Amino acid sequence: MTATPMVQIQSVCKRFGEVEVLSDIDLSVATGEVCCLIGPSGAGKSTLIRCINHLEKINTGTIEVNGHLVGYARRNGQLHELTGREAARSREDTAMVFQHFNLFPHMTVLENITEAPIHVKKESRASAEAHAHALLDRVGLAGKARAYPGELSGGQKQRVAIARALAVRPKLLLFDEPTSALDPELVSEVLEVMRDLAREGQTMIVVTHEMGFAREVADKVAFMDQGRIVEYGSADDVLVRPRLERTRDFLARVLRSHVPQA
Amino acid sequence: MTDVMDGTRAREEQEKDRKTEVIVPARYPGRWIAATIIFVLFASFAYSVATNPGYQWDVVWQYLTYRTVLAGLGWTLALTAASMFIGIVLGIVAALMRQSSNPILSVVAAGYIWLFRGAPLMVQLIFWYNLAALYPTIDIGLPFLPPLVSLSTNEVITPLVAALLGLGLNEGAYMAEIVRSGLLSVDAGQREAAQSLGMSPAHTLRRIILPQALRVIVPPTGNEVIGMLKATSLVSILAFSDLLYSVQGIYGRTFQTIPLLIVATIWYLVAATLLSLVQQYLERRYGRGHSRRAQDGMSLLMAPLSSALFRRGAGK
Ligand SMILES: Nc1ncnc2c1ncn2[C@@H]1O[C@H](COP(=O)(O)OP(=O)(O)OP(=O)(O)O)[C@@H](O)[C@H]1O
Ligand SMILES: [Mg+2]
Repeated sequence: MTATPMVQIQSVCKRFGEVEVLSDIDLSVATGEVCCLIGPSGAGKSTLIRCINHLEKINTGTIEVNGHLVGYARRNGQLHELTGREAARSREDTAMVFQHFNLFPHMTVLENITEAPIHVKKESRASAEAHAHALLDRVGLAGKARAYPGELSGGQKQRVAIARALAVRPKLLLFDEPTSALDPELVSEVLEVMRDLAREGQTMIVVTHEMGFAREVADKVAFMDQGRIVEYGSADDVLVRPRLERTRDFLARVLRSHVPQA
Repeated sequence: MTDVMDGTRAREEQEKDRKTEVIVPARYPGRWIAATIIFVLFASFAYSVATNPGYQWDVVWQYLTYRTVLAGLGWTLALTAASMFIGIVLGIVAALMRQSSNPILSVVAAGYIWLFRGAPLMVQLIFWYNLAALYPTIDIGLPFLPPLVSLSTNEVITPLVAALLGLGLNEGAYMAEIVRSGLLSVDAGQREAAQSLGMSPAHTLRRIILPQALRVIVPPTGNEVIGMLKATSLVSILAFSDLLYSVQGIYGRTFQTIPLLIVATIWYLVAATLLSLVQQYLERRYGRGHSRRAQDGMSLLMAPLSSALFRRGAGK
């Protein structure tokens, strides 16, 4: 069989108070794979991706990234929640790109990118900055190192956010609707960068409403509804030949609202 | 076809008209009248200040740089700085405690803010100064066990210590609310972004949250510093030799009350002016990334000064 997967999610449940938002989720993502999460609003896509990064606590089940539990430690056959500093270390293999970029507005682009490598990964400033410049070059923003986030367009901000996430050399990259806060004409420049990453073998989990992107780039697609993964398979299986009525309905609705511009 | 031609020609004629029209700014005679009245009032006041012998400007001038006055000014500035430092540290701690999910910490912080913000500062100062009436000795050791060290309260609580306790604890209660509003002003996404990059909570607070909160914290803190500068004059009731106490000492002997109070006022105003320049500098520094251009330190310090003097770009 194949080696252990990069992400292994087993029977995860997550409640907000009484409401169960994730029910019995199982998902595994192999190294180098791109998995797209799709589904209607409120399905629990954001919650799931945030649990993978331990931004949300789970109630039951386990999430392992690169063979390590995230946010919990196994002692004497029980799972113990980690406190701040240890939890931070258990996230080491993951980085995340947010819908609203969440760049640090008081720092320049370069400082945004080098903050974690220097202070978390203890890289030297020189090597962190060299890496940052290489990453900026890769996302097509070589000239913007000294700019502040407030001086950038939405698409540029999101590309900086991707560079910032890559700077910690993550084994797994999470995206939560990275293009839905962007003007339509800026979407493609961000998707282009993500396409390159996929081609280079970066393992990614992407919550998206861009069905064209998902079909082209995703190895696997998971369709979520009401806290469950109801259909899972290759991009072609789920997006072109969906088994379930629910999936077909959802795809029809999304395609209708995303009519390609003439 | 002709319709279109007509339309174009009509528009061209309009354009030509518009070019020749001259715009006359609106006139506001009321403003001129008001300005004249205010100028006359101000001039007569200035005349009286200059000519009324009661002000005794020669005495003012004589005592302005008097040694005990300058020493008092030094103590006032030192006390302002030290009390603000205590207040800011306590304020940050109390604000973090209030946000804590530990209910005991947050209730203790709320109680501290309630008590020290609500009780009059003068009462607090006198209370600390008279602490010996309640606790004749200060014992250091484990609770309920015989003390390891025992100190006489009257020796520990000098006027300086009482002043620092009174001013610092009171200021901490105000600063706690200012810091808390600053922390709340930072978007939750900032903490999540920092966490997702593997930053520890302490690092996130120090490098990501606080610097952004400072943009909201600095302006009211500037007010607090200037308020503190004047509040230190209350410590003259503890016979602490601050600026006010030292001029009181002089006019107690010479009965030149008004000119010496003017001396003190001049120094308070000078200090307040310098402090507000520092505040403007800090506001720009922590506004980085919000104002469009980043600026270096010196131009930041000079900018408010030069803009005050030359009113560059006024009316734009
Ligand atoms: N902090 C919270 N407290 C309570 N309920 C929450 C919280 N966050 C999310 N929920 C609920 O959990 C459910 C799933 O939310 P989630 O944000 O994961 O959906 P989503 O699939 O990302 O939707 P969208 O496409 O709109 O982003 C929703 O019903 C939402 O109301
Ligand atoms: Mg979402």
